[in-house]
Amino acid sequence: MQEPSAQPVHAHAPPKGFLRNYVFSLDHKVIGKQYYGLGLLAVFIAMVLSWIMRFHLVWPTVGVPGLEFLSKAGAPGGVITPEYYLSLMTMHGTLMIFFVLTNAPFAGFGNYFLPIQVGAADMAFPKFNMMSFWVTFVAFLVLITTFFIPDGPPISGWTAYAPLSAVGNDAGPGLGWGQSLWAVSIAIFCIGQLLGSLNFIATTLDMRAKGMTLMRMPSCTWAWFITACIGLMAFAVLLPACLLLILDKVAGTSFFIPSGLVVGDKLQRHAGGSPLLWQHMFWFFGHPEVYIAILPAMGIVTHVLITSMRKPMLSAKVIIYSMMSIGFLSWLVWGHHMFVSGMNPFSSLLFSFPTLTITIPATIVTLIWLGSLYGADIQINSASLFALGFISMFVSGGISGFFLAQPSIDIYLHATYFVVGHFHMVMGVAAIFGIFSGTYFWYPKMTGRMMNETLGKLHFWFSFIGTYCIFMPFHYLGLVGNVRRYSTFVDDYMAPYLPVHKFISIAAFITGAGQFLFLFNLIYSRLRGKEAPANPWNATSLEWSIPSPPPWDNFGGKHPVVYHDPYQYGVKGIKGDFVMQDSPELIVEE
Amino acid sequence: MSITTFPPVTGQAPPLPPQGSAAKAAETKLRSPSASTSGIWIGIFAITMSFAAFTSALFVRQGSGDWIHVVLPRLLYVNTAVLLVSSITLEMARRAYGNIQEREAGSLRTTLLWLGVTLAFGFAFVAGQYMVWKQLAAQGIYLATSSNSSFLYVLTGVHAVHVLGGITGLLRLLVRMTRKQVTLRMSSVANTAIYWHFMGVLWLYLLLVITVRL
Repeated sequence: MQEPSAQPVHAHAPPKGFLRNYVFSLDHKVIGKQYYGLGLLAVFIAMVLSWIMRFHLVWPTVGVPGLEFLSKAGAPGGVITPEYYLSLMTMHGTLMIFFVLTNAPFAGFGNYFLPIQVGAADMAFPKFNMMSFWVTFVAFLVLITTFFIPDGPPISGWTAYAPLSAVGNDAGPGLGWGQSLWAVSIAIFCIGQLLGSLNFIATTLDMRAKGMTLMRMPSCTWAWFITACIGLMAFAVLLPACLLLILDKVAGTSFFIPSGLVVGDKLQRHAGGSPLLWQHMFWFFGHPEVYIAILPAMGIVTHVLITSMRKPMLSAKVIIYSMMSIGFLSWLVWGHHMFVSGMNPFSSLLFSFPTLTITIPATIVTLIWLGSLYGADIQINSASLFALGFISMFVSGGISGFFLAQPSIDIYLHATYFVVGHFHMVMGVAAIFGIFSGTYFWYPKMTGRMMNETLGKLHFWFSFIGTYCIFMPFHYLGLVGNVRRYSTFVDDYMAPYLPVHKFISIAAFITGAGQFLFLFNLIYSRLRGKEAPANPWNATSLEWSIPSPPPWDNFGGKHPVVYHDPYQYGVKGIKGDFVMQDSPELIVEE
Repeated sequence: MSITTFPPVTGQAPPLPPQGSAAKAAETKLRSPSASTSGIWIGIFAITMSFAAFTSALFVRQGSGDWIHVVLPRLLYVNTAVLLVSSITLEMARRAYGNIQEREAGSLRTTLLWLGVTLAFGFAFVAGQYMVWKQLAAQGIYLATSSNSSFLYVLTGVHAVHVLGGITGLLRLLVRMTRKQVTLRMSSVANTAIYWHFMGVLWLYLLLVITVRL
């Protein structure tokens, strides 16, 4: 129930004019959609890049029409050079990790729904919020610029390992201006994420409605909050790392470049730097980044599944505690990316132990999902299908994590397709399934229209089967010794496995094409979709207590009051089977 | 589970924000003051984390063994004194603004005076750091000269950028205080002061690192 109030409730004046409404908006809902839109743009660019790479891997002599217009040197006649393959791979990884997996589930959905779910009219700092998006957008533009400079994008991968990333063009194309722009882009991105994380944390701590205790927040709000805490620490370390890399590149310092380094037959005029320092700083951010991508998806999936099962989870609270443990442990494990860096075997052991420990909270969460699903009369729709798909990906991709967490096995599997298959399933596709689940679930709230369910389900089966067809064989290829980052395998020891690569590539084209169903559905439903009621899923959290789409100040000039835990489903003795969080009815346990 | 009606309202809620003038309040909401305070502390946490990263980098980098100590310009200590004194003057400004009688009488003279002095000290600190870089350059010590000089420039430079952020905050206070109708809340002044004091504390830490390690 909402108390009528004469109190003004919004943190800024109603928007006036086109610019304030749609471009430089202070409204968290518009900013959330902007982040989501940027993620969508980035994911399609990155997907096309992966298509080009998959095509080249199996038909290395056939040109891709039109590609030479992008880079004459990198793709003469449309056939990409090994270096340009690496450039595309770098851009695929950077776009996906930063601009898709961080933007959409965390900054996108989080911006839109966190304030509403805690009963606030907006984020704590709307101007910072607007800045955080536009800073991120500038970072995106800077990154994309690398496609159009003569040098091309860097070839160092999304991890930009020093010293090769720091010595400039001597180490290969794209490592001059391309790499500098990459570092500048990521540094700017960090600033945007820091502003965003600050907003998320302050809003969660201080802007909650009356009665909204911390434990009454829905699982996804918790996930965004924990993610913001991780992001605040992770991006605060990546930013200095990028600054030092930029200085090594443009100012001649030697933070990461060692003495006596000869690259491309040239002695580098640097002294004393430590290449491992970059790896430490990068992975201290890089591993928590994995959880920045996956935790929001875990929260969203929990939220969607409970609604679809019409009954509470075995323990939504343990899920929250587990997410906190994962967040905490994420700080202790960065060295497991560096097992082959020559580190002391005892250090490897120290990093291996907490890595294996993370599987405990992750398993607890999974078991709670599965245990709650057991015997549940789940409503099958696109949102719940993708949530179930998420669990499937999370488990399938997570199991290979057990292997990689152990130094003795990782040394064999390092830099093979096994690793690529592992992280694509457990953090890449799983997080994207979380985004899809959230999209099908919240689209009615965000636009006031329902999405087309038939197209949604079709999209699910394309994505689900396709993902397994692509990434399961990756594990197999890795086990037989197929190294990553090679642009072609036709005339070496991997030739016998070319048919597997062909299968993967064809699966990738079909699965990718299936994503256009989603894009079509997004646009078609916005124009022709059935009008959405305020609460189409009979859900309980605060976002469903307001009209679809919500008014600019969310609660229509009222202060919501919260009376219940977020998931009161399966309640007997009332019309319907659920009690909304702001409903003043008292639930008595029988 | 079954259901009966009407219920206790439980849970803690943040206090409603204090009201400015009625007309102003009708169109905007002043955010909960505690959010701003949280924001400042969260920001301080992130900055601390960044400097922890720089310090770790320094320790790792020192392991390479090409560590040549830099003779620090004495001006660095003068700048330290300037920054610390500016914290005291800002505290005077904050207390003066907290004096309700004076505020209600519409007189912010004491506050503005101390704020002006703080700003002058703030600018003096940044200018002083610039002079330090000039002196180093005059000795032939540039950013890329040695690993020590690299860290010296980076640490002082990044700190100076954060001080400039603080100066922007102080200027914002000054502008808001010189308006006809002063709607600036006490907490805004207090939060800016927290940030400014943190700049002082951070500088003391950096000075320690610089003198001991560089």
